[in-house]
Amino acid sequence: MAELLLETPPTRRAGLWLDAWASLRRSRAAWVAALVLASIVVAALVGPSLSRYAIDAVDWTQASLASPPSFANGHWFGTDTNGRDLFVRVWIGTRMSLLVAVLATVVSVAVGVAWGATAGYLGGRVDGLMMRFVDVLYALPYMFFVIILTVVFGRSLVLIFLAIGAVGWLTMARIVRGQALALRQREFVEAAIALGLPARTVIARHIVPNVAGTVIVYATLTVPQVILFESFLSFLGLGVQEPLTSLGRLVAEGALEMETSPWLLLIPSIVLGTLLLCLNFLGDGLRDALDPRRPR
Amino acid sequence: MSGAPLLEIRDLEVVFDTPAGAVQAVGGVSLDVHEGECLALVGESGSGKTQAMLACLGLLAGNGRTQGSVRYAGQELVGADEAALQHVRGTGIALLSQDPMNTLTPHLRIETQLVELLLDRGLATRAEARERAVQALREVDIPDPAARLRQYPHELSGGMRQRVALAIALMGRPRLLLADEPTTALDVSVQARVLDLLGNVCASGLGLLLVTHDLGVVAALADRVAVMYAGRLVEVAPVAELFAAPRHPYTAALLAAVPRLRGDEYGRLPAIAGTPPRPGQPAAGCAFAPRCSHAVQACRETKPDLRGLEPGIDVTVACHRPLSAVAQPA
Amino acid sequence: MSVAAPALLQVDGVSVRFPLRNGVPGARERTVDALREVSVEVPSGGRVGIVGESGSGKSTLARVVLGLRRADAGRVLWDGEAVDYRDAARLRRLRREMQVVFQDPFGSLDPRMTAGAAVAEALQALRSPVPRAAERVRVLQALEEVGLAPGLADRYPHELSGGQCQRVAIARATIARPRLLVCDEAVSALDVSVQAQIVNLLRDLSERHGMALLFISHNLAVVRYLCDSVVVLHRGHVVEQGSLAEVFERPRDAYTRMLLAAVPEPDPALARRRARG
Repeated sequence: MAELLLETPPTRRAGLWLDAWASLRRSRAAWVAALVLASIVVAALVGPSLSRYAIDAVDWTQASLASPPSFANGHWFGTDTNGRDLFVRVWIGTRMSLLVAVLATVVSVAVGVAWGATAGYLGGRVDGLMMRFVDVLYALPYMFFVIILTVVFGRSLVLIFLAIGAVGWLTMARIVRGQALALRQREFVEAAIALGLPARTVIARHIVPNVAGTVIVYATLTVPQVILFESFLSFLGLGVQEPLTSLGRLVAEGALEMETSPWLLLIPSIVLGTLLLCLNFLGDGLRDALDPRRPR
Repeated sequence: MSGAPLLEIRDLEVVFDTPAGAVQAVGGVSLDVHEGECLALVGESGSGKTQAMLACLGLLAGNGRTQGSVRYAGQELVGADEAALQHVRGTGIALLSQDPMNTLTPHLRIETQLVELLLDRGLATRAEARERAVQALREVDIPDPAARLRQYPHELSGGMRQRVALAIALMGRPRLLLADEPTTALDVSVQARVLDLLGNVCASGLGLLLVTHDLGVVAALADRVAVMYAGRLVEVAPVAELFAAPRHPYTAALLAAVPRLRGDEYGRLPAIAGTPPRPGQPAAGCAFAPRCSHAVQACRETKPDLRGLEPGIDVTVACHRPLSAVAQPA
Repeated sequence: MSVAAPALLQVDGVSVRFPLRNGVPGARERTVDALREVSVEVPSGGRVGIVGESGSGKSTLARVVLGLRRADAGRVLWDGEAVDYRDAARLRRLRREMQVVFQDPFGSLDPRMTAGAAVAEALQALRSPVPRAAERVRVLQALEEVGLAPGLADRYPHELSGGQCQRVAIARATIARPRLLVCDEAVSALDVSVQAQIVNLLRDLSERHGMALLFISHNLAVVRYLCDSVVVLHRGHVVEQGSLAEVFERPRDAYTRMLLAAVPEPDPALARRRARG
């Protein structure tokens, strides 16, 4: 058998995560998206402190309450119909939207992946029961669910995260379950079972990492959904409350004034649109980067 | 085998552009296929045999480039525009691929798929086309062809699907059939019938280019055999000559490695050590040299050209030290 | 072997039924017998070939033995004792004694795991796992035993050839020294020259460690070079079983004879004579 040892020269590999990182660096769309996204995050963090106005301060000095963007008076994005500085409000709103989106997505990914992978892997009756539970939750008019939660526990940000996460994980669980069901039939999973590994090890080591690509793409799609859902909640008076705001709320309010004060709609929409576009590009890039079979 | 060849391949080269750079899959392949002849193109996975065949029809993946010349009945196909290729495909050259489940569209009736080409090209009226379809199914030994026309692919067994795929390929009355591993996906008991049918196809005057890794299939069907290794031809010979006295050490080793049903020994299989080279790792010398027990320094340094052996024997081999016919056990 | 010693593995009258769907919505659901009262014995250290065409139930048999699929009737005995596939803890212990190599060399390795990690996982599954430091040494030894250079331990499956992947799968299956290796079409997807290497490797490992083989294949010729007895399956039935010489030289069953006659032999004279006859 010695002659077989001359097969290929040894090379040291850096590992899949480093490979993925390098590959992400090479994908221009994903890299630009990541940079833009990072600058939006930075703006959301430091932006409000650059302006001399506070979020709830009404500027009575202007001719009208809603004044267009101007560098002269320091209202770089103009003011809203209540005379409050839009620059500050947009970045505070971005901060809020991102916070809700990220936390709710984390919740839905964590619960959804665990639930879906377990159901798909175990299959049979357990799978049936777990997925029927998901169906039942789907069927619940969750708006009532959220309203009841708010009434019982009072309004709070934590509750918004929970409410949105509680809805988001259902779809995630379905997607992951479908993938896990397919992976379960794959020979490498059967080989792992045949090695005598316990179910939780097989799920954690062989199922979950192999659904990561799909999960990441879906998670980046969840973020915009969550942002929109949050604005809907806010619109009903169940979400973020004044004087705090969110991008969804700003767009909704701006839409009402779009004929008289178009900047109120345009500016938050551009920020929101850019944010969502970047997340999608980044999601695509990540999926490709995480596929070990892709040539690099 | 008189007259001009039906298919004339000269110095065919296939290069794929990949993120890692250009990878040569096929290099310097020259072959002829005559009317009524079955030429088998034999090789292991990655040897470039399938890419060479696809290049003939202009069916390479988007990142593939073809150089050299492929002439069908005198018409140059390399660099020909899509309209010209379309015209040759189906009615001139037809393709039969490995997996009949992938060749047949699942949601269309057999009839629709059979008559498609004829109606598309305006070669027949619907009634004529239907007539020809029944005829074509009968030619591939499908019982009760009129009823089969109404069925969907999933209602047929694997062997029957492959025979229907053959019938579809023959509907346009092509003069040349390219068959890519036509029996690999089939059970041995149904393989035999498909092989018989392909034999009949040749006997009726069609040229057949058979791409396969199965030397049993080659023995049953081929008139001449071309062996490929690492994208190049290593030996071209008449089938009897090749099996009786392989001249290239790779051919010989490959033949020895095939498990056989007959013979006294129930012992070890003579394996070829090492692994086939990956495409895109060009060797300075003969690609087989690292695995060859006959290799000398020259084999590792210069690439051997395909050349004839002795006058009178129709064997060409690309080897610095071809095996002599005498040294081979028959 | 003494007469009293029970076979290592006994498949005793196993039947498996599949629900059959023909793809037409609303069609009546029927069942098909994948295996019908199949009995097979694998003696300790013995090499038994199971041959059959697609639909013969040969892969289902492997999955029943491995506990990846439940039998509808019959039982499987290990060392003469009936295996209870519902007892998860004992099943996991049994699985260490009984390993598997599948057909698809790439599909049987996790695309996100290096060759070394895949083999190491087999060690971690043991009841008394090997300490980390010793683990790497054992893994490299196992890779060397199947003919792979140590440098390949850090490669991912897509960076290996089909033959190399299959060697990794064999190293993973044999590192814990199982007493039975189930090979489900383990060489069918490989090229001829590589197939011969793997067949020889399996034979060497079996002889060196006294490891029994249950070798499932559609290729009768391969079985001839590896096994010492053969079972022929046809539509879920055992139609013939016996020693290599018995089955190949004096087949009694008509189906076996047809199967043997249908294999295209790499011999033009022979192949053509049969085609004309």
